[in-house]
Amino acid sequence: MREVNIIGIGQTPVGEHWDRSLSDLAREAVEAAFLDAGISRVDALFVGNMLAGELSHQEHLGALISDQIGLRGIEAARAEASDASGGLALRQGYIAVASGAVETALVLGVEKFTDVVGNARLAALVAGLDAEYEGTHGATLTALAALLMRRYMHEYGVELEAFAGFSENAHANAASNPNAMFHNTLRPGAFAAAPAVAPPVSLFDAAPEGDGAAAVVLAAAGRAVESASPPLRIAASAVATDTLAVQDRPDPLFLAAANLSAGRAYEQAGIAPSDVDVFELHDSYTIMAVLALEACGFARRGEGTRPAVEGEIGLAGQLPIATFGGLKARGHAGGATGLYQVVELTLQLRGEAGRNQVEDVRIGMAQNVGGLGGTAVTHILERA
Amino acid sequence: MTTPGNNGGHTTESGRLLKPSADVGIVGYGAYVPRYRLPASEISRVWTGGQGGAPITEKAVPGLDEDVATMSIEAARNALARAQIAPSQIRAVWVGSESHPYAVKPTSTIVGEAIGAAPHILAGDWEFACKAGSEAMQAAIGLVGSGMAAYALSIGMDTAQGRPGDALEYTAAAGGAAYLIGPAENSLAVFEGTYSYVTDTPDFWRRPHETYPSHGDRFTGEPAYFHHVTSAATALMEELGAEPGDFDYAVFHQPNVKVPTRAAKMLGFGKAQIETGLLVGVVGNVYAGSSLLGLTAVLDIAQPGSRVLMVSYGSGAGSDAMALRITDRVTERQGRAPTTQAYIARREVIDYATYARYRGKLQMR
Repeated sequence: MREVNIIGIGQTPVGEHWDRSLSDLAREAVEAAFLDAGISRVDALFVGNMLAGELSHQEHLGALISDQIGLRGIEAARAEASDASGGLALRQGYIAVASGAVETALVLGVEKFTDVVGNARLAALVAGLDAEYEGTHGATLTALAALLMRRYMHEYGVELEAFAGFSENAHANAASNPNAMFHNTLRPGAFAAAPAVAPPVSLFDAAPEGDGAAAVVLAAAGRAVESASPPLRIAASAVATDTLAVQDRPDPLFLAAANLSAGRAYEQAGIAPSDVDVFELHDSYTIMAVLALEACGFARRGEGTRPAVEGEIGLAGQLPIATFGGLKARGHAGGATGLYQVVELTLQLRGEAGRNQVEDVRIGMAQNVGGLGGTAVTHILERA
Repeated sequence: MTTPGNNGGHTTESGRLLKPSADVGIVGYGAYVPRYRLPASEISRVWTGGQGGAPITEKAVPGLDEDVATMSIEAARNALARAQIAPSQIRAVWVGSESHPYAVKPTSTIVGEAIGAAPHILAGDWEFACKAGSEAMQAAIGLVGSGMAAYALSIGMDTAQGRPGDALEYTAAAGGAAYLIGPAENSLAVFEGTYSYVTDTPDFWRRPHETYPSHGDRFTGEPAYFHHVTSAATALMEELGAEPGDFDYAVFHQPNVKVPTRAAKMLGFGKAQIETGLLVGVVGNVYAGSSLLGLTAVLDIAQPGSRVLMVSYGSGAGSDAMALRITDRVTERQGRAPTTQAYIARREVIDYATYARYRGKLQMR
């Protein structure tokens, strides 16, 4: 396997883009990524998307989008693993370039949530759970996240307030991210007073769904590139799975897929968790951020809220997370989220993060999780 | 200078202003709000265990024997009482509503007959979601302003439907107002001009045979309500060379308290200008009657010389903006029929069970 570099990135703002289609969003992100990379052709396209069939009545995204971006004829495919689709597409693009099958690849994450209203969207999202053992019985992502959070609080004697720091940090960082869905910071006490969605999960625990697209251009290392920014090396790319239904896990508070994929990634990159300077994690719910920190070796079991409580997750902290707002405040763009994470990590490593810049970033990690942990994709980036 | 196509009317250069060649105004107006009130706390008690905030305090609920026809008749009689004209002088009876009792058979014929205006009348029912009433007012302005008729009656009235447990159930209410449009010289308020802004924006709808409407959640905000309301208000003020500060009162379509308050702020209107006509907190959203009922509350207390801006909003979507100047005649007519506030004060609180019975919400399937 040869080395793979990221040579270009692009993103649209995450939000309620009522007047723009899946293709509109895809084109904008791809054009930006091509401009950034200084190329306009690639050998293959990999699209991460979770709900286009259900919500936009559009499958067959590989052919659609390769045509839309002016690359009719190239190899193209879609990757799907619920909201880990974006990370999974990057993994597919990485394999294609690393294996030597292609020289360059475009990886796009795109999601269009707002063509339908709340209940229809909720019903579609539930399809990412185990239909026979969860969905049929009325479980939703939020309901299951609430069960996990309640169990966690009970098991480890953790108070609700311990989760507040995750949302406060996300909103503080999103405030200066022009592509974020929300730019409001959370007032002290706002977290505790937020309306419940499914107790103990409140409006400020759960990430909002938004439309968006993000793209990265991959090239084999050593290939001459004209991009203005230095290429970044993908030091690790790893996918792991767990039981889809939460009920089938011997220890529901342990994200086995997150643990496995992070472990494989550390091994590939030859690093330890303590070497990671920035971690873009999958904070779809505050409890998911907590469990990811524990599964990836950044906190001991039962102590996953401590980095937030102790102020270590801010831009100047020991382990900055959600540096552009995370899923919670940049917005959760479904199958595009995994690519937003990598685009943001790239900005951090390039030193182009502006007011969101973390100092001296050498190694960045992104982890994209499908649903409540059925799939986890971990990527580690380094300066080439 | 006149614009081709406006036939000598005194419209503006751009031709966007809707203004007839002869000045017309409101000769009489009448409000109607049914007696029963359902507090929002009752709805949250039943559906959310009392959790969460409510967009209004309480809403008006029609009684068992009330519908858009009976309520329109009440409002029309109030308008006639204020105008003191013979019903036989009316040449059109138009009712705008989302809750016409029949799918086929006009409400307006029932109203026309009941108030003694039939048979020498135009009659018809209007539908444009919550702006059906203001649309009917603009048509009446044209009919009277062209000289085709001396008087025309336009009504906006609703018994709005809210799906049990839906966010709209908190606000979907009953009420509205009637306006007798006639020559300026007999008017208590004269139209300075009107304007209408319409696009195809599917934010809220009800299909045939559906009991309750559907809506596009947050899509009903920015691209729908705010875009149309502010566009209509801005264009009308531009055409008239007016600014928010020129108006003593402003009335906006009011689906809840927050939305019209924000629209007013976006346009540059202050609390003092909107509070008289902002009734939704204690009446609910009366849909096609919403902005029209807000305007009756203003006319009840307005002084001669005052200027009023009214902006309706109908889903689907569009906004009608109207500018009015109050005349000396307002003083003698205000007291000739019950005021809007009198209807609001006439209240009997009911619980959710009674409301469910009155609104026919108990259906076993």
